[in-house]
Amino acid sequence: MIRSQVLICGGTGCTSSGSKLLISSFEEEIKKNGIEDEIKIVPTGCFGLCEKGPVVIVYPEGTFYSHVAKDDVPEIVEEHLLKGRPVTRLVYNDVAEEVKEDVNEEATKTASLNDTTFYKAQKRVALRNCGLINPESIDEYIAMDGYSALGKVLTEMTPKDVIKCITDSGLRGRGGGGFPTGRKWSFTAANKADQKYVVCNADEGDPGAFMDRSVLEGDPHCIVEAMAICGYATGATEGYVYVRAEYPIAVKRLQIAINQAKEYGLLGKNIFDSGFDFDLHIRLGAGAFVCGEETALMTSIEGNRGEPRPRPPYPAVKGLFGKPTTENNVETFANIPQIILKGAEWFASMGTEKSKGTKVFALGGKIANTGLVEIPMGTTLRQIIEDIGGGVPNGKKFKAAQTGGPSGGCIPASLIDTPIDYDNLTAIGCMMGSGGLIVMDEDNCMVDIAKFFLDFTVDESCGKCAPCRIGTMRMKEILEKITSGNGTLEDIDKLEELAKYIKENSLCGLGQTAPNPVLATLKFFREEYIAHVVEKRCPAGVCKALLNYKIDPVKCKGCTKCARNCPVGAITGKVKEAHVIDTAKCIKCGACMGNCNFGAISRS
Amino acid sequence: MKSLAELAAIREKMKDKVILREGSGETRVVVGMATCGIAAGARPVLNAFVEEVSKQGLSEKVTVAQTGCIGVCRFEPVVEIFEAGKEKVTYVKMTADKAREVVEKHLKGGNVITEYLITNV
Repeated sequence: MIRSQVLICGGTGCTSSGSKLLISSFEEEIKKNGIEDEIKIVPTGCFGLCEKGPVVIVYPEGTFYSHVAKDDVPEIVEEHLLKGRPVTRLVYNDVAEEVKEDVNEEATKTASLNDTTFYKAQKRVALRNCGLINPESIDEYIAMDGYSALGKVLTEMTPKDVIKCITDSGLRGRGGGGFPTGRKWSFTAANKADQKYVVCNADEGDPGAFMDRSVLEGDPHCIVEAMAICGYATGATEGYVYVRAEYPIAVKRLQIAINQAKEYGLLGKNIFDSGFDFDLHIRLGAGAFVCGEETALMTSIEGNRGEPRPRPPYPAVKGLFGKPTTENNVETFANIPQIILKGAEWFASMGTEKSKGTKVFALGGKIANTGLVEIPMGTTLRQIIEDIGGGVPNGKKFKAAQTGGPSGGCIPASLIDTPIDYDNLTAIGCMMGSGGLIVMDEDNCMVDIAKFFLDFTVDESCGKCAPCRIGTMRMKEILEKITSGNGTLEDIDKLEELAKYIKENSLCGLGQTAPNPVLATLKFFREEYIAHVVEKRCPAGVCKALLNYKIDPVKCKGCTKCARNCPVGAITGKVKEAHVIDTAKCIKCGACMGNCNFGAISRS
Repeated sequence: MKSLAELAAIREKMKDKVILREGSGETRVVVGMATCGIAAGARPVLNAFVEEVSKQGLSEKVTVAQTGCIGVCRFEPVVEIFEAGKEKVTYVKMTADKAREVVEKHLKGGNVITEYLITNV
């Protein structure tokens, strides 16, 4: 009889920090102590707190261990599993203090995962099973009410009821656009055809976003179930999941989930004896950013080069293989079974007036708790960054948060109290995007950030239409000119004009949104652009060409260390006398500054 | 899968296996499992609680957990029962049989077995 369960994260983050090794050493130690019939090891999906990985949780106490190494395993098994004493030194920090204080008062209870500030403010809907069930076990998914929504839909509801329920819930597309999901489904349902399709967009291309991967890795069955529900509602009998080949764990677990569902008859013919047939296939993407655009994605599934096609006709009319198709993002689908089971009102009770439910954000950049968080719409950026995210590390000042990746914009520190939802973000010239949230501090140069994202879109432009292919390249060239110190004020105006033109005239979402990072940084940080152009200065000290290294003659002791380490011989001076940098020769590598023992070299 | 009943059957069968992870039972049974407890035979007591709670269908309500030394080593195995809104109950010198009895009479029936209480030894 199992009395305790050890959940070990098997998401990509923890796998790369060695969680696979942990599983085998836990098995070994548990066997050694003769308690293999009492303790069960469960590999799970991502818990969200990737920063603290590898993560291990012991139930029933819910004790949350972070940064667990192979050598810690014998101690955890012997102390905690055998003797019931949690290993406090490994318990996640922000609760460890409390544990020590009331060690007599049921110490184990306060160390629970749900008591950490990281989890307390979260509301998990799309991620509800991630980190809680074994993603490779359909039985565990069923135990968590899995496939009940599909059962309910097929036995009690008409397709119209389903669409009404999703429409009433107020769910909007989580992939970026925020289009109402219920309406999208109703368009496909309204079109008559001999064959219709459901497509799941798992081509998560936004650098910095990884929630779709986490859902597929941690709870793949919920996507299978949701797609079948969508198929029933729209009249489709076949579905495709388009997932990046760079997500091997997600692909493997999704395939296992599909096989298990087929075995149980939850996919295939006559599901729940309702006469409804549904089948699901996986298609691997080669990692082209443009394939995240819905028409390009379908072109790719059809076996062609991933290029977008003009809309209209919209996919609901003429989509995959020319048939009516509904396409939704992974996170959108992940919400569906819960909405069916708990009702539209339940979902609509969370969030803001026009943005219902929750949103998953991937926190990255200059933030203490890198990881995945799911919060109700309307939570402010301040709560996300300061409370859940643990703030900006090293005492630096928060400067801006970048959302929506290469298609998005940025929220400056002055707007940190903005409640996050689709409309508020659009209003400030930003976008929700897929939910990548990159935090930047005073050391980040906004011009450099804009250049970074433009670099990305220039690479990823498919080349079909001129505004995107040529326009983004020209924008990149202007940004390079500015960051190398050769820009003029006229260049900034030209950049802005070009950005607006590309936005209006590109064929697909990639081009239409590519100028966003530039426009947003121009809007909020124009003075940084001007500093680069007029004063030839990079305020954050990032753009190399604009940096100047100087030796303070008072602090310099003439030790010659900087001169010996300069790779281009730009530093001269006699022993025990102040040295000088020849700025014409200097390549701004910073080697002198790192080598100075007296703090005599400064950068400006 | 031809019917909702089939799905429900799998769910029921699996429920016990995942309920442990909710960890939010209204009642908590805590077994002292320090060296003193283990030496006095706490392990069979713990296992008996886990098994009997599941057998009596109380898994949703009762969480069985372990803890360290409570401090009264001479009374081990010690078991404490925390119920929402009630005083803590401490049973001492437990055995597997006594554990099964506690599940049956106390956790299910709601009657504290006074003869096993710490106040009565």
